[in-house]
Amino acid sequence: MIRLNDVYKSFGNNAVLKGIDLKVEKGKSMVIIGGSGTGKSVTLKCVLGLISPDKGTILVDGQDAARAERDAFLARFGMLFQGGALFDSLSVWQNVAFRLLNGALKRPPEEARQIAIDKLGRVGLGADVADKFPAELSGGMQKRVGLARAIAAEPEIIFFDEPTTGLDPIMAGVINDLIREIVVEMGATAMTITHDMSSVRAIADEVAMLHEGVIQWSGPIANIDHSGDPYLDQFIHGRAEGPIEAIR
Amino acid sequence: MILTTPLEFIGRNTLSFLAALGRVTLFALDTLRQMFLPPFYLREFGVSLLQIGWLSLPVVGLTAFFTGGALALQIYSGGARFNAEAVVPSIVAIGMTRELGPVLGGLMVAARVASSIAAEIGTMKVTEQIDALVTLSTNPMRYLTVPRVLAATLAVPVLVAVGDAIGIMGGYFVGINRLDFNSAAYLKNTVDFLQFWDIASGLVKGAVFGFIVALMGCYYGMRSGRGAQGVGRATKSAVVASSVLILAANYVLTEVFFTA
Repeated sequence: MIRLNDVYKSFGNNAVLKGIDLKVEKGKSMVIIGGSGTGKSVTLKCVLGLISPDKGTILVDGQDAARAERDAFLARFGMLFQGGALFDSLSVWQNVAFRLLNGALKRPPEEARQIAIDKLGRVGLGADVADKFPAELSGGMQKRVGLARAIAAEPEIIFFDEPTTGLDPIMAGVINDLIREIVVEMGATAMTITHDMSSVRAIADEVAMLHEGVIQWSGPIANIDHSGDPYLDQFIHGRAEGPIEAIR
Repeated sequence: MILTTPLEFIGRNTLSFLAALGRVTLFALDTLRQMFLPPFYLREFGVSLLQIGWLSLPVVGLTAFFTGGALALQIYSGGARFNAEAVVPSIVAIGMTRELGPVLGGLMVAARVASSIAAEIGTMKVTEQIDALVTLSTNPMRYLTVPRVLAATLAVPVLVAVGDAIGIMGGYFVGINRLDFNSAAYLKNTVDFLQFWDIASGLVKGAVFGFIVALMGCYYGMRSGRGAQGVGRATKSAVVASSVLILAANYVLTEVFFTA
């Protein structure tokens, strides 16, 4: 279980998180929604320790993220970045097997390559892609490779940062379905941040809406359409009028 | 008020300079510390060695060749004022090995390598590849900075040695073909006057300059701002800082090696 208690984070005078309280149950898929610049990515990066919160605690299965031994802590996570964040200088299979070629989970190169090809297959990519470089792939294929890298070491917790940004609706649907299938199949705990409502409906067990640095609403996906919360309502229907100020 | 404004300006810039100096020092110390901690990324080290060392050879070689030639012409025309044309071979050799080989080699590597390292790491930062490294349980200092700094520290002295030889050859070419020196006499003069420390001091300078170049490239790359402008600024800062530091370090090392 991931638990955020009263988490604050500011950058200079810009207070991004103003007391986040959030709970993600083990094996559940939590999707955090909210407008651009509301602190969704900062929340994920705080959990991973890429950014240190100014105040508050983050617990992963009762373990304080700030005090955990970094390598062992991070070995439990997989992450799909918004732009893929694939390493340009490495081939596709070396990207996917990065964790299996370096560090504590190191395997022989042939075994790591085979695992990478299996994972590429799991996300719908053939073995012919393995020796290509990221720059030779389309945006959708890069997302798939990023997804394969996120699951390569079979992590307990997977984070997805805007998984469908920049993709056409059909490819976005494919990625959403893949994420859902993989999360269920692996029994992993998932945290996704997005403002794509089709992703929310495809991926989420639970939804939390972030607005002005706090959790505005949270609950099961089934309740999202009749939450009674005007902020959530405006957001999911994409209305310009409502309590969330839209600059025109 | 009129007096406080310039004072404020000086104070603010002094503080900002000292803060930057502190950050660079901490970065350098962290790099040195990480060099001794596993895992060691041999592939990254090999690739860096190839890119910094082997691929810099043409530019360093060409620079050294033309510098050696120009130096021979200058010493000949200057030496003619007091009938000392015969010193051309020895001065070219000493000038190249002690000073011009390491300094010009260092500056050429700074232009070629510091910019490329800063742009590469800056782009990695902007595209979240550095964050991805961290989530994959990999320390970016150990994976990106250590191999590059180590490779540059080892490769630049070799480049300097090759540059010294090519520069002396440039002087020899000009001496034989333009200044009518006897080939055997030119070579004998070069060998007779050159001492071990002339060459060794240049190689030590090369190692220090290599360390500076890669360190500045990594430092500014890691601190790169967002977008193309941020990466561009990081690249420019890396080249300027490494060039200035090379010249400053050259003065300090020359003081230590030859006046102490």
